[in-house]
Amino acid sequence: MAEPQRIFELYSSPHLKRPVSTDIIMRNVVMALAPVVAFSTYQFGVSALLLVLTGMTASVAAEFVFTRMSRRDNTLGDWSAAVTGLLLALTLPPGFPLWMAAVGGVISVALGKAVFGGLGVNIFNPALVGRAFLQATFPVAITTWTPAFVPGRFIETVPSTLAAPFMQPAPVADYVARAVDGFTGATPLALLKFQHIDTDNLRLLFGMTSGSAGETAALLILLCGAYLAVRRMLDWRIVAAVLGSVFIFSGAFYLAGHGKYPDPFFMLFSGGLMLGAVFMATDMVTSPTTPRGIWIYGVLIGAVTVVIRLKGGLPEGVMYAILLGNGVAPLIDTLTQPRIYGAPRKRLFPQKTAKQTEATK
Amino acid sequence: MIQRRVKTFGRGVHPPEHKDATKDLAVKRLGFAPELVVPLLQHLGAPARPIVRKGQEVVRGEPIAAPGGFVSVPMHAPATGVVARIDKAVTATGHMAPAIIIKPYPGSTQQILYTGEADIDAMTPEQIVAAVQDTGMVGLGGAAFPTHVKMAVPQGKTVDTVIANGCECEPYLTTDHRLMLEQHENLFRGIAIALKATGAREAIIGIEDNKPDVIDALRAKLNGNAPIRVEPVKTKYPQGAEKMLIKALLRREVPSGGLPVDVHVGVFNVATLAQLAELMPRRRGLIERIVTITGPGVQKPGNYLVPLGTPLRYIFDQVGLNRDARQIILGGPMMGLSVASLDVPVTKGVSGIIVLTEEETAARPNKIYPCIKCGQCVEACPVSLNPSLMGDMARRREYKRMEDQYHLNDCFECACCTYVCPSNIPLVQYFRVAKALNREKKAPANG
Repeated sequence: MAEPQRIFELYSSPHLKRPVSTDIIMRNVVMALAPVVAFSTYQFGVSALLLVLTGMTASVAAEFVFTRMSRRDNTLGDWSAAVTGLLLALTLPPGFPLWMAAVGGVISVALGKAVFGGLGVNIFNPALVGRAFLQATFPVAITTWTPAFVPGRFIETVPSTLAAPFMQPAPVADYVARAVDGFTGATPLALLKFQHIDTDNLRLLFGMTSGSAGETAALLILLCGAYLAVRRMLDWRIVAAVLGSVFIFSGAFYLAGHGKYPDPFFMLFSGGLMLGAVFMATDMVTSPTTPRGIWIYGVLIGAVTVVIRLKGGLPEGVMYAILLGNGVAPLIDTLTQPRIYGAPRKRLFPQKTAKQTEATK
Repeated sequence: MIQRRVKTFGRGVHPPEHKDATKDLAVKRLGFAPELVVPLLQHLGAPARPIVRKGQEVVRGEPIAAPGGFVSVPMHAPATGVVARIDKAVTATGHMAPAIIIKPYPGSTQQILYTGEADIDAMTPEQIVAAVQDTGMVGLGGAAFPTHVKMAVPQGKTVDTVIANGCECEPYLTTDHRLMLEQHENLFRGIAIALKATGAREAIIGIEDNKPDVIDALRAKLNGNAPIRVEPVKTKYPQGAEKMLIKALLRREVPSGGLPVDVHVGVFNVATLAQLAELMPRRRGLIERIVTITGPGVQKPGNYLVPLGTPLRYIFDQVGLNRDARQIILGGPMMGLSVASLDVPVTKGVSGIIVLTEEETAARPNKIYPCIKCGQCVEACPVSLNPSLMGDMARRREYKRMEDQYHLNDCFECACCTYVCPSNIPLVQYFRVAKALNREKKAPANG
């Protein structure tokens, strides 16, 4: 009886792989953001949900079109476009016109990613590129915040949400007027900057304020980030560096300013800092890879955020701080390559050799 | 009492161990295959020169090839029989290479007839080095570097510590585990030989702490009075890489491009030392080795004492191969070689034969995504290289820059980077190719 011909497959080593791949990481980021979206919907109503869906749809559609145009394999399966659209939407005001969000979603993928050659080679966080574009293009819409917990928010949208392209958006005054006591449209940072009104830190922690769709619930965002960090899909060191540096720098301002500046806890839990630190500064593609570089990058983002918020003309600076951090990340990487095993240690203060000590006598 | 932290090196990975199937199985002998294929190059260095002719009768243990230089070792007949031919035969890399093919006589026994006598106590270090070369011994952990070369301390250098490497950090493999339990006397005597050859004062047996039974047994046997001590190290890959083990045990770093002797250390695999103690006093040669044969594709997994030159086909006839077997790995799963032919023989450096089934090969993620700069490879690289950046350079074919600025040649191909890469980029394969191309460019163009 002849032995049956057996065929064995050849692979290069290693023959074991950790069962985590890029698409799984990206999918988990989307899943980790689901509670944030849910809270945003609870807080701002159906407008926020529509905003998120529009942003994601636009980004995913743009990704599809651009990979087609460049005749490359369909990359929708890596979920990165979905992450981009989702994050963009969460940084926008809840009543942001949907057509503008769609433009932002397309721009995020087009100018944030596709022009560089797709996933992995972009320099700046695509979602923030989209937001920066929207901020420059629609300065009014992107700073028009509607109050949280408006009655009837689950059955009707904010009037501006469904504005037609290039038309004057519907006035939101009627909608805002219905707001329950204690909730205004202004964000805590704007209140502080322009009206010198402080917001209670606990309300900030639990998201009981107005703000962009997904940025208000600081504690919830931290918990969602912790889930990813535990699964090693998010670098906790970046979050720690950004938050730590914001705390320390703003603490220094607070102590030196004698009541002129907000306390560091307010700085931590207000505005887009939590969302930015946990989900955008940690974007793997646009952050450094070296252990020391990661800390430098995080501290830089925190410091720039504090300076813009306290010394600049804008109430919020997280976006620009992260974009700046992205820009210098490759440089940080180059300058912080770790000492390899077996290479001589560099000393800051070279020790004198026995001979030199002799000579100085 | 304060719990002392287990010694280890920085970074690395911890893959699933897969050792339970074979770690409690005592070593068993495998018989002689109808034909034994002894390649002339089973080690790093120059190939051996055959000293037998076709048709010549050989006795089990008799030298059949002489070393082709100092960095080379002789070969010995694994069985009593006749030299069928000296011809090219398929090897693990897929290349054909010269080999001596021996047909064992039917009824040829395991008894080793070729034997002599050597008094190691009366030998000088130089004589020991020569005697070690005569045994044909190479690093049995897998690197297959000639042992006598490592034992010969160069002029002007000294060795103060001998490390017996019993880490066995590769998943699936359990040969060193069994050997340390079953042949501890040989191991201790082998260490004594290494101490004498190198002039070192003390020896440390480094064992990963996933083998507490071995650590306890060896400590009990040593009883604390020999110049040998047992030191547990953390279970982490690649703890058994000699540079990593030196760092873990002695906090010394072998200089980039240097050898362990530069930091006064000699590292030898425990199986190498135990085999030496077995062979040298009788002037015998290395003709068999322990191999872990395991994996879901094997019906009777175990630790087998296999005559060198035994083709895989014969081994699988004995241990049984499942129908769904898809991949054969020689060595460990992290650094081992995947082979396609059942004619490939077991050689001196083969520590394991692992057979994976369709289930494992299909489950391995293989879709390559772009590098997302997640930095996991940077966190994993025990040498602190930046595989992510080097991977990008490799794709742009900047091989020279990888070597000049990013320390390509310090990569010892442990494959940690590739193990963790979520984008499934074959980084270590890129680096192998880059190194090979750089070497090719440097080699003087000959005719």
